[in-house]
Amino acid sequence: MDKLVKLRYWWFTLSLVIIIPGLVSLAIFGLRLGIDFSGGALWDIQFVERAPGQLDTERIRAIFAAQGFEGALVQLTESQVDGRTVASAVVRTRSLSETDPETQRQRVLSALSAEYGTVNQQALQSVGATVSAESTRSAVIAVIAACVAILVYLTLAFRRAPHPVRYGICAILAMIHDVLLVLGVASILGVVIGMEVDALFLTALLTVISFSVHDTIVVFDRIRENLVNRRPTETFDDIVNHSIVQTLPRSVNTQLTTFFTLMALILFGGESIRNLVLILLIGLVSGTYSSIFNAAQLLVVWENREWSRWFRRSAPPGAEAPAA
Amino acid sequence: MRSRDIYSLIFILLIAGIALSIVFAPEGRWLFNRDVSVRLGLDLRGGIQVLLRAAEPVERSVMQTAAGVIERRINGLGVAESVVQLSGNDRIIVEIPGIDNPEQAIETLRGTGKLEFIDTKGEFLTPGTIVRTTGSPNPVALRPTATVTGTEEITPTVPEGPIYESITDGKDLDLNSVQPPQIAGQSLTNQFAVPFAFTGESARRLEQFTAANIQRPMCIVLDNQVFSCPVVQAALIGGRGEITTSTRQDAEQIYTQLKYGALPVPLQVESSRTVSASLGQGSVDASIVAGLVGLLTVALFMILFYRLPGFLATVALLLYTVISFALYQLIPVTLTLPGIAGFILSIGVAVDANVLIFARLKEELRRGRSLNASIDAAFVEAWPAIRDSSVATLITCTILFMFGNTFGVSLIKGFALTLGLGILLSLFTAMVVTRTFLHVINPLPFAQNPWLYELKDAPGMRHAREAA
Repeated sequence: MDKLVKLRYWWFTLSLVIIIPGLVSLAIFGLRLGIDFSGGALWDIQFVERAPGQLDTERIRAIFAAQGFEGALVQLTESQVDGRTVASAVVRTRSLSETDPETQRQRVLSALSAEYGTVNQQALQSVGATVSAESTRSAVIAVIAACVAILVYLTLAFRRAPHPVRYGICAILAMIHDVLLVLGVASILGVVIGMEVDALFLTALLTVISFSVHDTIVVFDRIRENLVNRRPTETFDDIVNHSIVQTLPRSVNTQLTTFFTLMALILFGGESIRNLVLILLIGLVSGTYSSIFNAAQLLVVWENREWSRWFRRSAPPGAEAPAA
Repeated sequence: MRSRDIYSLIFILLIAGIALSIVFAPEGRWLFNRDVSVRLGLDLRGGIQVLLRAAEPVERSVMQTAAGVIERRINGLGVAESVVQLSGNDRIIVEIPGIDNPEQAIETLRGTGKLEFIDTKGEFLTPGTIVRTTGSPNPVALRPTATVTGTEEITPTVPEGPIYESITDGKDLDLNSVQPPQIAGQSLTNQFAVPFAFTGESARRLEQFTAANIQRPMCIVLDNQVFSCPVVQAALIGGRGEITTSTRQDAEQIYTQLKYGALPVPLQVESSRTVSASLGQGSVDASIVAGLVGLLTVALFMILFYRLPGFLATVALLLYTVISFALYQLIPVTLTLPGIAGFILSIGVAVDANVLIFARLKEELRRGRSLNASIDAAFVEAWPAIRDSSVATLITCTILFMFGNTFGVSLIKGFALTLGLGILLSLFTAMVVTRTFLHVINPLPFAQNPWLYELKDAPGMRHAREAA
């Protein structure tokens, strides 16, 4: 336990190993944008007279195409009606007409029910191109504004500690770690299970940001306190290591309780927020990891100005791992 | 026990009592008949949210008028808790919860308003009554609302034919002829008049009708809702006339209704979200189960791990839950699915504050302080971390909330609101409630047992026991 800080370059390497696949996926495939950010319509339709497995994706696509919605993406699911399990489909198309959405909707529904009997439209969302463009812009602004506001607050909160700006910047760096991880995972999940990045994803991302900073602050608070009561023999490395060990039980326990509530949401919380919760779960674990193994360790790197040694031949003192 | 702790305890019990009385208020009515029923968002109770945009560039004031017209029509649909609000300069957000056929409702909203003069065969109809007319025999409107208590009189009109026969067709109203209210005639009694004129077939019929029905009533109907039933004073030659009232306010109102009874600008459906009521109910059930399971596991974990303080924190957590819901009902906060997720997540935050404090408490006890001193020290030392982390999360919530005002992502607002409220409230439950509970049990003999704090030995407690 007293080697947590010594092994810092191992932790940084581990972070890179975890993040890089996501970044590669992000670079190649990008994010799979939901209708909130790319525009389009999402139909959730229940086929009351059909059991799961009795539907054909291609047929549904053809029906939508015949009504003017070419290139529909169809995903088959199932749902409950009066205790029975029936077939459902979530269909993504371009957005509805701005002038006469109602006729379009009715045409599609009657075409579907001509083929499959009674159908229920469970939900229908349509987002126009202007709105989605505005949402995307606001999303980017929101993330940047959150970062700046937190940086300012942390610098203020740690103004009594030496080098207050360092704490803010290290917290933001750890936060960027979490954001990149979450974006990477979202990109991979988009490719693998077709998960879309929607408004709820953005909510999850911003929550991850705030919880990441939350965790980092708890560790930094200990460092701040231990610096005040510093013994002459203690190095900065010792103080950081000591602070991490002291806050470890709290970090683990808080992580566990949040983990429990999120698991409850995944298992019982219903389909529509499952992706939100999954992203939260990944992001919160990453947030705790980065607060201990990145944010605090970066403070040490900064204190020792280790970057000046990174490009020399000998390994940096105290780091047994290969330099990044 | 110090007297301060007694006051705190009384205060906490009082808050708990108030919160419980709100949560369990009979029929959702609380003090002063305040409505404190649970508000469910569209995704939980079904309904529609739609973003309408003006099809052509218009002034903001025109959009305000359009929003007013839409609001009146929604009220006519008889649904409670609908929302009509302007967004930016050319958009209107409409939310109608809990209706069976949301798409048709939206079509009704976007349709052109219908101004009719109807023949009531001498009958005076109460303003606000919904009537069927030959021009519009099947009104969607179900419930009367906005009434006008005017003393309007109409000069020239002509009723004829069966009851509620439409004399004029709204589309024949010459909007250019509708002018702002003027002082009528030379009379010294201030009267205000709103001139209007019909064209084509409507004009001819109106002239005929008014000529034959002088001194009899004729009703003005807007979107099948009776607006007023003035008495015809003279024949309206060429379908041209004026509505006189005794106050400027009434005249202004009539002017707006005539001029903009129809939507002042065509509206397009830019975005829409529809959720069926059954899907919503499923989500509510799922959320309740998830919330209960989450709360239960957290409680179990806290008690198993932190023993006595964990148990006290669990009680505080229950109080936290009750106060949260009381606040949602009192403010009111409309609960959406992300909102509930925000609440469940905030349970985690509330617990975290306790975890931070208990970790400190254990350290202090280990150092040999008495329980009483340890409690105070733990709270003082844990405070900066709790404060700073709460502020950081609150900052994000504020940004989410502001950002959530953009239409496309308005669901986010609910999440930010419940999470933000939860953080403020958890400061109270952790810093005040748990602390008071700890102080209250402190003098009790059983509390001086290190095992209850997962310690083998606490020197400070030994001294306390020996002293006692």
